Amino acid sequence: MTTRFTPDHEYIRVEGSTGIVGITNYAQEALGDIVFVELPSVGKALKKGDEAAVVESVKAASEIYAPVSGTVTEVNEELSGNPGLINADPEAGGWIYKIAIADAGELDGLLDDAAYADLTK
Amino acid sequence: MSMNNHGRPTGTGTSGFASTSGSALLPNEPLLFEIGDTEHSGVDLPDVTIATDRLGGFERRMPLDLAGLTEPEAMRHYVRLSRLNHSIDSGMYPLGSCTMKHNPRLNEKMARLPGFADIHPLQPVYTVQGALELMNQLSHWLMTLTNTAAVALTPKAGAHGELLGMMAIKAAQDAAGQGHRKVVLVPESAHGTNPATAAFLGYSVKAIPARDDGTVDVQAVKDALSADVAAIMLTNPNTCGLFEPQVIEIAEAIHDAGAFFYCDGANFNAIMGVVRPGDLGIDAMHINLHKTFSTPHGGGGPGAGPVVLSKALAPFAPVPFVRKDGSGLELVEHAEGDALGRITAFQGQMGMYVRALTYMLSHGGDGLAQAAQDAVLNANYIKARLAHAFSVPFGDYPTMHEALFDDSFLAGTGVTTLDFAKALIDEGFHPMTMYFPLVVHGAMLIEPTESESKQTLDRFCDVMEELAADAKAGNAARFTAAPLKAPRRRLDETRAARSPILKWERAEETLKAAE
Repeated sequence: MTTRFTPDHEYIRVEGSTGIVGITNYAQEALGDIVFVELPSVGKALKKGDEAAVVESVKAASEIYAPVSGTVTEVNEELSGNPGLINADPEAGGWIYKIAIADAGELDGLLDDAAYADLTK
Repeated sequence: MSMNNHGRPTGTGTSGFASTSGSALLPNEPLLFEIGDTEHSGVDLPDVTIATDRLGGFERRMPLDLAGLTEPEAMRHYVRLSRLNHSIDSGMYPLGSCTMKHNPRLNEKMARLPGFADIHPLQPVYTVQGALELMNQLSHWLMTLTNTAAVALTPKAGAHGELLGMMAIKAAQDAAGQGHRKVVLVPESAHGTNPATAAFLGYSVKAIPARDDGTVDVQAVKDALSADVAAIMLTNPNTCGLFEPQVIEIAEAIHDAGAFFYCDGANFNAIMGVVRPGDLGIDAMHINLHKTFSTPHGGGGPGAGPVVLSKALAPFAPVPFVRKDGSGLELVEHAEGDALGRITAFQGQMGMYVRALTYMLSHGGDGLAQAAQDAVLNANYIKARLAHAFSVPFGDYPTMHEALFDDSFLAGTGVTTLDFAKALIDEGFHPMTMYFPLVVHGAMLIEPTESESKQTLDRFCDVMEELAADAKAGNAARFTAAPLKAPRRRLDETRAARSPILKWERAEETLKAAE
């Protein structure tokens, strides 16, 4: 199981051919209290860099981009009633959607732990 | 004569406002429905003497569900509410990007003239020639100040004006067989309404990065241009309070690529009477009458966002507009040729037109230029006085009508921009604009306008300096607890957004629901 990051602070945790996408702890801290999450619809085809979801905090509304191309297979419905999960547990319970990865090669273009830690230093 | 044919007895007086309030000066104001009840009426009405109505069975059978209050009770409610608020009439309102300038009382006198205030939009035009002449003169002033070929007066506010301007651009390109152009360029520092407008019209938005000095990266604009680009939406002066020095170069590049230049005129107050946007190559620009030309805005006051159009876009101006004919003025109400139809009902915000033209005529062309220069001078004064204690994101670059600071001066203090703004409330000032523009971290955007005297600016700067010193001295509690002296303490924004209560319910209904 590996996790990769985008420079826009999304993470994708890879489990086989599925990626679990959310925003990093750094991102949730910067955004402040999340008050609303607009989830993608299951079955939506995304190209790498497409807008997949929107996260609204008390400060700003931010687009969440697809870190890789693929199809949305599942969304975290719990966020509709409890958007604060992203603040409380961004990289586990606060995941946003799952994507069937179309091209695993695209993962190579993303940041690993060390590179992302460097970016947010 | 018995009263109240609807079966509501005249009220015997409301249940006693005084007993439900804290003090006379800072009332914990109840809702209208909590002051009055729906069983009584505050107004004596004579019985209806008509034996049969002509409503054919459609007459109302349920009682009117409105609180019955007397006129003084209703009046006092709203006056008490108004005292809970800060307004430009009660103190300095340095809310950046909003141009909260004084609304001269002459404006109000003119707006109340019966020939402007008591007319109906469907009156025959020969009975409203004065009002049409006012609209005509206002149009002339707006076109002259901007050096443009046409103006659409009717948009109701800035964002509506943006929509119209972009609709005109779309119409012009569709008419020229250029409908395939689907991309609109928007600088990162833009007002959020710019990309929203473009997206609303079906364009995709391409963000143009800012340079380190806060201005638009001209090379990035040129690199982004292609046969798919419909327009750029640029604010000048931009939201960092800076005049875009290469705006003509940008305009030329845009036009060479077959695209149009939409200018967000939100910050026109910095340049009115000094720079004519038409000379910079703009094709469309909205002008917020309610900001640049005074008028009472904020707190829900009406807006008006006329849009000036270049010669290329003039044929697409919407109806209605005023035209001189042989015997006087007429209102052109039906679109001819490629013109857009209506974008509002009737003729727009007449009251705003009167106030804006009053402001223009009472200042004159030279006075408007001085107002702009004074607004710029005031902003630069604040920046110069506070630069030593605050952090200036773009160095010594001269600012226009706004002073912009970032939050690096608060690093390590435990005080955020939000806390700092709340503390300003306790000192009797409306907070500055916070966290905008987005390109500046923890932004504090301060727009004093030309209305404030040097004494007021000095008092504001004294307070700002004192607050900055206190934050740096480690007194974070004063900030994180603020406001302490306002009618309401710090609100829980998160809870308000996550669990908003959008509907008031009567206590008894709430009780019943709970049973």
